[in-house]
Amino acid sequence: MQYIPQVLFILVSGIAIYLFAGKVSEIRRNIFLGRDEDLNNHSSQRWKNVLLLAFGQKKMFKNPLVAILHFIIYGGFIIINIEVLEIVMDGLLGTHRLFEKPLGEVYIWLINAFEFLAAGVLIVCVIFLIRRNVLKLKRFTSKDLNGWPRSDANYILITEIILMSLFLVMNTCDSTQSFFFSSFLKPLFNNFSEHSLVLIEKTCWWLHIVGIFAFLNYLPYSKHLHIILAFPNAYYAKLEPQGKMHNMPEIQNEVLYAMQPELAPTGDAAQTHANKFGAKDVFDLSWKNLMDAYSCTECGRCTAACPANITGKLLSPRSIMMKTRDRLEEVGKNIDLNKAFKDDNKSLLRDYISEEELRACTTCNACVEQCPVSISPLDIITQLRRYLIMEESNAPQEWNAMFSNIENNFAPWKLAPDERDKWAIEMNN
Amino acid sequence: MKVNTMAELMAKGETPEVLFWVGCAGSFDVRAQKITKAFATILNKVNINYAILGKEEMCTGDPARRSGNEFLFQMMAYNNIQLLNGYGIKKIVTTCPHCFNTLKNEYPELGGHYEVIHHTTFLQQLIDEGKIKLKEAGSFKGKKISYHDSCYLGRSNNIYEAPRKVLEALDAELIEMKRCRSNGLCCGAGGAQMFKEDEKGNTRINIERTEEALGTGASVIAAACPFCNTMMTDGVKNKEKEKEVQVLDIAELIEQSLA
Ligand code: SF4
Ligand code: SF4
Repeated sequence: MQYIPQVLFILVSGIAIYLFAGKVSEIRRNIFLGRDEDLNNHSSQRWKNVLLLAFGQKKMFKNPLVAILHFIIYGGFIIINIEVLEIVMDGLLGTHRLFEKPLGEVYIWLINAFEFLAAGVLIVCVIFLIRRNVLKLKRFTSKDLNGWPRSDANYILITEIILMSLFLVMNTCDSTQSFFFSSFLKPLFNNFSEHSLVLIEKTCWWLHIVGIFAFLNYLPYSKHLHIILAFPNAYYAKLEPQGKMHNMPEIQNEVLYAMQPELAPTGDAAQTHANKFGAKDVFDLSWKNLMDAYSCTECGRCTAACPANITGKLLSPRSIMMKTRDRLEEVGKNIDLNKAFKDDNKSLLRDYISEEELRACTTCNACVEQCPVSISPLDIITQLRRYLIMEESNAPQEWNAMFSNIENNFAPWKLAPDERDKWAIEMNN
Repeated sequence: MKVNTMAELMAKGETPEVLFWVGCAGSFDVRAQKITKAFATILNKVNINYAILGKEEMCTGDPARRSGNEFLFQMMAYNNIQLLNGYGIKKIVTTCPHCFNTLKNEYPELGGHYEVIHHTTFLQQLIDEGKIKLKEAGSFKGKKISYHDSCYLGRSNNIYEAPRKVLEALDAELIEMKRCRSNGLCCGAGGAQMFKEDEKGNTRINIERTEEALGTGASVIAAACPFCNTMMTDGVKNKEKEKEVQVLDIAELIEQSLA
């Protein structure tokens, strides 16, 4: 009989971890549906980015107050997970506060610190809930978040509040020990018998750990996946100046061979590959673009800084990321169902992201600059634009005129190339 | 005053210290030509040994690439790189942040390796070295100036200080807009938007930005990009403020203050 809780615990954790691992490998598979992009160079600089951008949350500090609040949740969450280690060990071994004896005084000190953090996390979560739902910040009231995404953000905050409360109540009702913070809650339980206190403590313990497992399995469906993916995403972030666009060597070579036919390969090597230019669907984007989509916190900092969005255009870089993720999830489900992807006559372009959105972008990099988790919505936008122009010859009339001017007059305007140095001739006279 | 072309110098067997890449706006746009002339005047005044490509210069391909036309971009890049390498160009200065970005960041992997400097950095260096001497009481002394960050200089290439340092040399009162430096708001021209109508929306981007600039109470809006200049000038006209507020390039501000 005495082993029942242990067996139950092993069963629960086993199922939780199994489910989580399954979803993780599904997401991994989805990300690698993207095209290859080699991002393994300059590892020291990349690790520096992990430290600064992911651990240090450098971009968040553009707004120091929010950064500090977010840091409390993030730090608190990570550090309190050390306590979860003890909880898991207790569950496996059927012990109670396994680390208490060996750590002695340090243990009390540690738990006091955890309680302090737990209270901090709890308070910040309440502040964030109010900020999201009462203060009407534009980036939270935006239609980008209509439906599930808005609830998602609230569910996470509420779950964290519940988890932290359980942790504190559990400590309060533990008559074997008294800790600094939870001792303030003791009066609440004054009239309870020893027996019911033990029962409450045990219940909180179970709810807390089951809550954590549930949270773990909720992560992959949520914007909260960023707490994991922010790290690899910072590692693989672009190291070159933000203004540099990705080169297209296939086109570079095509132009080169047209200009210098003697360089063109002959025979087998001459076979042109049937790759399409630019991106129409998630398969054409790079795996980093797809990891970006899963890393997005849906915070809307990008959209709040986007000149197109600010002036009322349809484009919202946040929604570019959310739509990319939605399409990728849809493709993933399609693959699960049919073993391999079965054409569904849909694509990221148009079924999810419209021409109008793509056309509104000024390539200003504000979205890239703002993003706290190293995402580039712009990189996706430019690849879709490339598809529109090069595969569909689909451009607004003014752009077609600009193209032909560049081609014929070597300038985007219809002006005689001979006049290019008119200003200099004027100065010379 | 003489503005030499590379071809002329080559014929004389001379090589300039630096190539002045003028860009399409600087060459053809009536407003931007004034910026080009102002910068050339400064170069002449401080005796920089420079040349332009003249009729041989072509669009870098920036608007083509950003609208999605990679073919056209690669064609322009190929031609320009052939030309630049043919002349053995080592150092380039340009008044256009878009040309700057393309020449500096995008041409190297296509075979064009040059030291590329934006004119604001170039001017800052000349001021620091004492080569540019400014009037004691220049016309901008004490005036309120607000600097509009160009996306292709700022976020794209992390150049925020050079233009500001140059403005400080004018003894003017610099007032920042709320959205400045890395948080700066685009003028609306980038990404080939310059060459088409805005998509549907509540307002134009240049109006939004001009309103912010006018809100600072500055009498000069300083720009460092010919496209920003056009956008802000249009914005100021739209708000009927062209009598009170001037939109000037950093090079023009310096040229008008030369001792
Ligand atoms: S790069 Fe495009 S999407 Fe990003 S902020 Fe600028 S205009 Fe918006
Ligand atoms: S792309 Fe970045 S800035 Fe934009 S919503 Fe996602 S996480 Fe936030």
